[in-house]
Amino acid sequence: MTKADLVERVYERVGFSKREAAQAVDAVFELMKEALEHGEKVKVAGFGSFVVREKRPRKGRNPQTGEEIEISSRRVLIFKPSPILRRVLNQSGG
Amino acid sequence: MTKRDLVQRLAERLEISQKEAKVIVDTVFEELEEALARGERIEVRGFGSFVVRTQQGHRSRNPRTGEPIDVPPKRFPRFKTGKEMKERINRSAVSRSPNKGEGAP
Repeated sequence: MTKADLVERVYERVGFSKREAAQAVDAVFELMKEALEHGEKVKVAGFGSFVVREKRPRKGRNPQTGEEIEISSRRVLIFKPSPILRRVLNQSGG
Repeated sequence: MTKRDLVQRLAERLEISQKEAKVIVDTVFEELEEALARGERIEVRGFGSFVVRTQQGHRSRNPRTGEPIDVPPKRFPRFKTGKEMKERINRSAVSRSPNKGEGAP
């Protein structure tokens, strides 16, 4: 599934043009990106939450040369699925 | 930001009603959920992608009684951050690093 499929569904359900539906889907993700880049947590009930975590710098090694390198501090985005989503995944297939 | 905040911000940004914004947000997450339930991979360019991983079932033991039990296979979603998203969270980290602790919660 890609963003185009999401646009199609929104188009079917809301009385928007295709173009407006595409803008709406883009806006949903853009708003989440904005919140996350400001360090805000995004919590979607029934789906899961997205959280930005701070990683400290650590020592690593270049796997090719064995040379020791410093991995700089960085921020990573973590997705934590909600218990509901986990349940849904294990009902239908497993 | 909760789903409700997302609905509100979407309504403001697109100048649409809260009701319309809610249908859009609900539709997006319902579709994502259904795709994952089908075991489909999802790719939202710029944001990230989701894949469903299967953890093999195995035989284990009840630690208290020693009784053997079957642990069924489990499926769980994995998220991989997109390139743009990765850059955006780190861009803001760099600009904030000189005064540590001043960052967002």
